[in-house]
Amino acid sequence: MTPRARMLAAAVAAALTVAACGDDGADTDERGDDLSGTTVTLVTYDSFPTPDPENPLHAALAAFTDETGIEVEVLIAGDTGTMLAKAELTAGNPEGDVMYGIDNTFLSRAIDAEIFEPYASPAAVDIPDRFTDLVPNDEATPVDFGDVCLNYDVAALEAAALQPPESLADLTDPIYADRLVVQNPATSSPGLAFLLATIAEFGDGWEQYWADLAANGVEIVDSWTTAYYDSFSWSGGDRPLVVSYGSSPPLEVLYADEPIDAPSTGVVTDTCFRQVEFAGVLAGTEQPEAARRLIDFLVSEQFQVEVPLNLFVFPVNPAAELDPVFVEYATIPESPLSLDPSEIAANREAWIERWTEIVAG
Amino acid sequence: MAGPGETALAPGTALPRWFVVAVTVAPLGFLAVFYAWPFANLLGRALDAEAIGDTFGRRSTWRVLWFTTWQAVASTVLTMVAGLGPAWAVSRFSFPGRRALLGVLTAVFVLPTVVVGAAIVAVLPESLDRSVWAILGAHVVFNLAVVVRTVGAVWERLPVDLEHAAATLGASPTRAFRLITLPLLRPSIAAAAAIVFLFTFTSYGVIRVLGTTGRATIEVEVWRRATQLGDIGGAATLALIQLLVLGALVLVSSRVQRSAARVIELDARPRRPSPLGRQRWWVALAAGGAATVVVMPLVALVERSLRGEDGYSLEAWRTLGDTEIRPGLSLGIDPLGALWRSITTAMWATAIAVALGALAIVAISVLGRSGKVLDAGLMLPLGTSAVTIGFGMLITFDRPPVDWRAEWWLVPVGHALVALPFVVRAGLGVVRSLDPDLRAAAATLGAPPIRAWATTVLPALRRPLAVGAGLAAAVSLGEFGATSFLSRSGAETLPIAIERLLGRTGRLFQAQAFALAAILAAATIAIVLVVDLAGESLAGDGLAGEDPARGDERARGH
Repeated sequence: MTPRARMLAAAVAAALTVAACGDDGADTDERGDDLSGTTVTLVTYDSFPTPDPENPLHAALAAFTDETGIEVEVLIAGDTGTMLAKAELTAGNPEGDVMYGIDNTFLSRAIDAEIFEPYASPAAVDIPDRFTDLVPNDEATPVDFGDVCLNYDVAALEAAALQPPESLADLTDPIYADRLVVQNPATSSPGLAFLLATIAEFGDGWEQYWADLAANGVEIVDSWTTAYYDSFSWSGGDRPLVVSYGSSPPLEVLYADEPIDAPSTGVVTDTCFRQVEFAGVLAGTEQPEAARRLIDFLVSEQFQVEVPLNLFVFPVNPAAELDPVFVEYATIPESPLSLDPSEIAANREAWIERWTEIVAG
Repeated sequence: MAGPGETALAPGTALPRWFVVAVTVAPLGFLAVFYAWPFANLLGRALDAEAIGDTFGRRSTWRVLWFTTWQAVASTVLTMVAGLGPAWAVSRFSFPGRRALLGVLTAVFVLPTVVVGAAIVAVLPESLDRSVWAILGAHVVFNLAVVVRTVGAVWERLPVDLEHAAATLGASPTRAFRLITLPLLRPSIAAAAAIVFLFTFTSYGVIRVLGTTGRATIEVEVWRRATQLGDIGGAATLALIQLLVLGALVLVSSRVQRSAARVIELDARPRRPSPLGRQRWWVALAAGGAATVVVMPLVALVERSLRGEDGYSLEAWRTLGDTEIRPGLSLGIDPLGALWRSITTAMWATAIAVALGALAIVAISVLGRSGKVLDAGLMLPLGTSAVTIGFGMLITFDRPPVDWRAEWWLVPVGHALVALPFVVRAGLGVVRSLDPDLRAAAATLGAPPIRAWATTVLPALRRPLAVGAGLAAAVSLGEFGATSFLSRSGAETLPIAIERLLGRTGRLFQAQAFALAAILAAATIAIVLVVDLAGESLAGDGLAGEDPARGDERARGH
C-alpha cells in the first residue's frame, strides 16, 4: 500500500493542471471551439436519474452538448460514500472527469484524499457565501443543498392528542416515548446528519441527550427506507416521528399515487441539519477544460432549475426559481444546524463509535 | 497434473496431458483473472500492519465477529430443524403441489435479499420487526431450500428396505430413523449445514434491511468501513478474516462429510409413494409448513405492490412502464429497461457460466486431487466480501491493456463468477458417478481415450448443464453483489432498480418497487420450475434434478 505515493502523484497532477488552467483562463470563446467533439464523464451518485432523453436533467445536459459540442457521459458510482471510496482508490487515474454529489459530511475526506483539482468557476459568483465558504480553496463547487429534519405524521399525532415537538430537546419528553424512529448514523446519510444535528445543538451534551433518547424508547433502523416506509406511522408503522428531509412533504404531494392537495406530514424546522452537495473536477482528468465547462454548467440557471424535482434538493443558484409545490410545502430553514466539514471528518468515526456504545448499551 | 483420480483408475483409458491442460486453463484462468487478481491486488494495496492492528484493537470488531458467528450458528441450527421435515416429505412422498413447492423454495433462495428482507418486515408482527428473530426468520426462509434439496436428494435414494427391515425387527419408526436413516443422512446434513452457515455468515441484504445498531455482520461492516468511512485497510482486514473463517469451515465440513460417509447402494431412481394413513397428516404438516413460510413473503410482495393511499389500487402496475409521472415530472428510473437489461445480462452470464462450468466439471473430474483445489477455488467468490471484489476490479482493470472497468461485460462476468459453482455442483456428481468400467469398455472396443471419454461423459453432461444453466440465470437475475459496486452508465439491473425505487419518497415508488420484485420473483420461479421439469423429464427424476451427492445449487448475491 502506497498512499503517500498516490497522494504525491495526485498533488503533482493537480499542480500541473492548475498551472495549465492559469495559462488559458482568459480566452473563453476560443476554448469552446476547441472542445467540440470531446466527451466528459460525469461521475455521480445513484440518486441521479438514469439516462433518458425525456428526463429534464439529461435534457439539460443535452442542451449543454448543443451549446459547447462537449458530449456528457453519466456514470453512476453508487451511494455517496461508495462513490467517494472509489474516487479515493482511483485518485490520479479517475473513472471520469467531473464528480457531482459529494456532500459536506464527506467533503473533508474528499479534499484530504486530493481527488479534486481546484477550480474557481466564474459561474459561481452568484452563489451565496454560506455555501462557498465551505470550500475556501475552491477544491469543489457547491451545486445544491437540502436539510435533514424531523418529520411528523399529522393525523397520528392528532389521534394521540399530541402537539408536534418543536425542538430536538422536546424529543426526550416522556409524552413522545416510543414515538420516534431514526436511522443508524453508521449506515445511513440522514442518520449521520441527525446525529450531527444533535452534536451541533448540544455540544458535549450530545452523549447525555442520546442516552435520554434511548431511555425514551427511540427506535433505530439501518436505512432511511426502513425508517420511512416501515416504521413511520404515515406508511403503516407505529412511529409518528421520523428523521427524513425538509423536502419530504412536497414530494409526498408530487408523487402521491392519487392526487392529494396537501401533505399529511410536517417538518420540525428547528431540528434541520444542512447538507450541501458539491461538484469538482477530478484530479488526473485528461479533459480539464471540458470538465471545468461542465462545472460552470452545473451551477448555471439552466441546470439548477431542474434540480428540485429530479434530485429532491434545492439549487444554490438564487436565480433558479422553485416549483410552486416546493414554495408552498417545503421547509427551508433560515438558520439550519451545521458543523464545520473538517470537524466532521476528524470526529466522524469516533462519534459514531461512541454513539453506538450509548444506544446499544 | 493428472492425479490419482479416475484417469489413473483404468489403465489404457488415461487422457492425454494436453487435453487435461486444455480443459483446465479456461476456468482456472477466469478465476485467476477476475477473482484472485483483483482481490489480491486490493489486499496488497490496503492491507498493512497498521490496518490489521487497528482492526483488532477496535471493540466494534469483536462485537461484529461475535454477532456474525452466533447469528450464523443460530440460523443454521434453526434452518436445519425447520428443513428436515419438509425434506422428508418431498423426498419420500409424492403429493399434489410437490414440484411447485420445490420451485418456490429454490426461487426464494435466489431472490434479492433486500427485497425479501422487506417482505419479511411486512409479514412479521411489528413487535418482532427489529428483533433478532426477524433476522433469524429471514435466514430460515431463505435457506430452507438448501436443506430440503441437499438432504432430500440423498434421502429420496436411501433404500426403503433398510427401514422396513428395522421395522420388521421391531424397531419403532423413531428408533429406525435414529439408528438407520440419520447416520446415512449425516454427510448430506453436514453439507447442507455448511452451505447455510456460509450464506448466513456472509449475510448482507437481510442485515441491511432488518438489522439495527450493534447487529452488523462482517460483510456489512466491510461495506461500511470501505464506503462510509473510506477505511479500505480495515475493510480488507475484515474481508480476509471472513474468508479465513469460511475456508476453515469448508475444510472441516469436507472432513466431516468424508468421515461420516457410509458406503451404501443408493437407489438409482427414487420411489415416492403417496402417503398413507397417519403419514398423510405428517406430510401435510411438513410440506404445508414449508409452503406457508416461503409463500407468505411472496404474497406480501404482491400485497405491498397493490397498497395505495387509501386501500388497494393497481396504479403501481399500470404506471410501471411510464418514466413520466406527471407532465414535466420524470421518474429517473427505468424499470422496464432494467428488466430488459437484467434479462440480457443473465443470458450472457449464463452463457459464460455454462461454458466455463462444463470445462470445469471435466477438469475437476479428470484432475483428481488437484481437481479438488479447483473445485474449492471456484467456491471462494461466494465467501468473499462483494465490496472487496468490486473495488478490486476497479483498481485492477484500470489501465491498458486491461482497462476494463467501464466495460459492459464486466457485469455478466461478475455474475458468472457467483453462478459458476452452481453449474459445477449440478454436473460434477453425475460425471463422478459414471462407471469407469464404461469407459474401459469403450476403450477395449478400440476407441482412443478421448473418444471413449467423449462418448461416455458428454451425453451424461447435457442434462446437468441444462439444470446449471437455469440456476445460473436465476442467480444472475437476483445478483446484488460485487457488480453493484462497479460504476455503470445507465446499465442498472433489476435488483439495483428495485433498491433505488425503495430509496425514494413517494408511496407509488414503494409500490412499484414491490411490483418489480414480484416480477423478479415470478421470473425466477418460472425458470426454476422449467429447469425442474426439464431435469425430471430428461432423465426420469431426481430431487435436485441432478446430483445425488449434493444439491447445493445456490448463490445469493450478498
